[in-house]
Amino acid sequence: MAKADFQVPVLKQYPEIPEIEPGVMAHSSPFKSKPQFQAELGFPGELVDDWQTKAIDKMGDLLGRYRSLRVYLDSCVKCGSCTDKCHYYLGTHDPKNMPVARQDLMRKVYRRHFTLAGRLFPTLVGAEDLTEEVLGDWYSYFHQCSQCRRCSVFCPYGIDTAEISMAAREIMDHIGVGQKYCNEIIGKVYKIGNNLGLPGPALADTLEGLEEDVFDETGVEVKYPLDQEGAEILLVTPSADFFAEPHVDGLIGYGKVFHEAGVSWTLSSHASEAANFGMFIGSYENMRRVALRIREAAIKLKVKRIVFGECGHAWRVAYSFLNTLAGPWDFLDPRYPIPQHICEFTHGLIQEGKLNLDKSRNDDMVLTYHDSCNVARASRMGDRPGGQFDLPRAIIRATCNNFYDMDEETIRDRTFCCGGGGGLLTDDLMEIRVKGAQPRIEALNNVMQEKGVTHMAAICAICKSQFTKVLPYYGMDLDQIVSLHQLVSNALVLTGEETDDEDEAADEAA
Amino acid sequence: MSFLSDVYAGLFYFAAFVLVAGLANKVIQYARTPAPLKIPTTPAPTTKTGVALRITREVVFFESLFRGSKWTWIFGWMFHFGLFLVTLRHLRYFFDPVPMPIQMIQPFGIYGGLAMVIGLAGLWSRRFLVDRIRYITALSDHLILLLLIAIGFSGLLMRFAVHTDVMRVKQFFQGLYVGQVQTLPADPVLLMHLLLVALLMIVFPYSKLLHAPGLFFSPSRNQVDNPREQRHIAPWARRMEQD
Repeated sequence: MAKADFQVPVLKQYPEIPEIEPGVMAHSSPFKSKPQFQAELGFPGELVDDWQTKAIDKMGDLLGRYRSLRVYLDSCVKCGSCTDKCHYYLGTHDPKNMPVARQDLMRKVYRRHFTLAGRLFPTLVGAEDLTEEVLGDWYSYFHQCSQCRRCSVFCPYGIDTAEISMAAREIMDHIGVGQKYCNEIIGKVYKIGNNLGLPGPALADTLEGLEEDVFDETGVEVKYPLDQEGAEILLVTPSADFFAEPHVDGLIGYGKVFHEAGVSWTLSSHASEAANFGMFIGSYENMRRVALRIREAAIKLKVKRIVFGECGHAWRVAYSFLNTLAGPWDFLDPRYPIPQHICEFTHGLIQEGKLNLDKSRNDDMVLTYHDSCNVARASRMGDRPGGQFDLPRAIIRATCNNFYDMDEETIRDRTFCCGGGGGLLTDDLMEIRVKGAQPRIEALNNVMQEKGVTHMAAICAICKSQFTKVLPYYGMDLDQIVSLHQLVSNALVLTGEETDDEDEAADEAA
Repeated sequence: MSFLSDVYAGLFYFAAFVLVAGLANKVIQYARTPAPLKIPTTPAPTTKTGVALRITREVVFFESLFRGSKWTWIFGWMFHFGLFLVTLRHLRYFFDPVPMPIQMIQPFGIYGGLAMVIGLAGLWSRRFLVDRIRYITALSDHLILLLLIAIGFSGLLMRFAVHTDVMRVKQFFQGLYVGQVQTLPADPVLLMHLLLVALLMIVFPYSKLLHAPGLFFSPSRNQVDNPREQRHIAPWARRMEQD
């Protein structure tokens, strides 16, 4: 079990709604961004003079540009429907992690400066100035939101705390209070092309290594091409897929699927990152700049299609925003969705019977599936609403014999975030990450006890990294989390593959 | 009574103006503010008809609240549906002759009034009994509940105990249409009831009661899930592309 200098939540058989414990997470806040990372993104390096006025001005600017922010700040009636829905509240018991209370951190400032009632009767309506203390709360608690949108499912007006968190982070960036993890990473994307700062040659090396591994294992020459001009498909995948476990097993799987489909494909060193952290910090400008790399790569490599690898927030930006940010995509093949998710691609092939899948190769595992929050509540797969739940499960059922879903209350659009999304996947936020994972891990634990589940599949780089790190705190094994395309990779019998049976037959013949 | 009637006439002109102008102002503001990104909470409808149905389910049945909290849903829905019936019943004061459907709804309006007060009491009790909701409750949340419950209670009081001359009340409001101030009955309960209603009308555009128009403008509920098929771009975002 991993060591923790905080109390790791106890897993229960039935979920419990905790009583509030005010202030218990007030100490949790991420490292602040350094001036050089801020400058890279066009933000001031440190807290500016006159920051209150500038913050209020920025809020006014955002209120004029985002209907969501305006409507959501006005509409909340404090009904309480969201209060027990956030995984960070359930895991920490801090009432400021209740979605409505988190929103109120901004709403009280909004009321003070932008509503008649707040100007005239501040105490009556709970309006407050943006004091140093309030700013401290903002920095702390708007970095305890993973923008997973679970609250918005249960809100009678669809108020999405993610929108408020994004706006708050954008305001803070504009007065020089940025978060190190996100802003440093966006800088790396601009400079090198991906979140992890892997340069082109390192990627080429890694991919060559994968080709050798797959050849050694299967005897089939599966290619993992980089910057190949004229390929049909551009694959954009989170950079963690290039080396992290279990991510890389997913990447191996994508390559095998493309190989069997007989389509040419390529990765790009220029757009070697699917994730778009511009969304986490609520910056349209930065999100757009990050997204445009994909357009540039697609044009340069003369591809016809774009496919995204397994990544939750990336898929939100890809599915919901890419057309807006970097479209129109009139130079791509209109017969295919733009962009397409790797699960849509694989599912299509399975439907057409083009993949030879041997489910028994995954018999050493009993699986469950974790719906990643941003795939579940902010995107779609296929042509029907809910395809984002059905396609991955259909792929698991086609590749595995043993599959059980977790409790209905914790899957599909009611899924719990892994606890590390939205720009929180950094070691300086370990406590909130471990505690925020509690509701998901509790449901996993229950299905392990009841159904003998051994592994949980996911389609998000953040989920995979987060669980790998956090599961040990709960006494589980870090390798219990697997990539969905790892299952495909295991089960897929490649054309011309040397199977064990053939080996034996060959031995006998000799 | 004529002085008081003048005051009430002025009050209702003012309240009606604030309600209409304030709401119009807000609705125009919401409509003019762009929604730069597609953010429907998915799974979401892929057609406009689907979105209309989704919004209708939210407005009529409080679908999301039902999924979120059963107690709040029961009390909240009782209150709102009760208020709806009560409002229909009260239309008899504003139409002459009273249309047939409004005549038929009259008895249900009374049940509506009872449901409304019970629902409000339930909602209010949650603000004391549930620690999470107690934490998020501001003074204004209590006051709005107090206002609504007092309106409902004074209304029921006139129906069941201290009757007032409803025909003269009707004449008063009919008179306001043409700028004539008819005398209101000098019943304290009636005057209280009307004062509180005017207050509610004035408070509406400046309070959380904006959730009523807000729901229709909520991007997570009113957007069609078709970002891949149709390019969605806000005017201010398009300007970036021209640089």
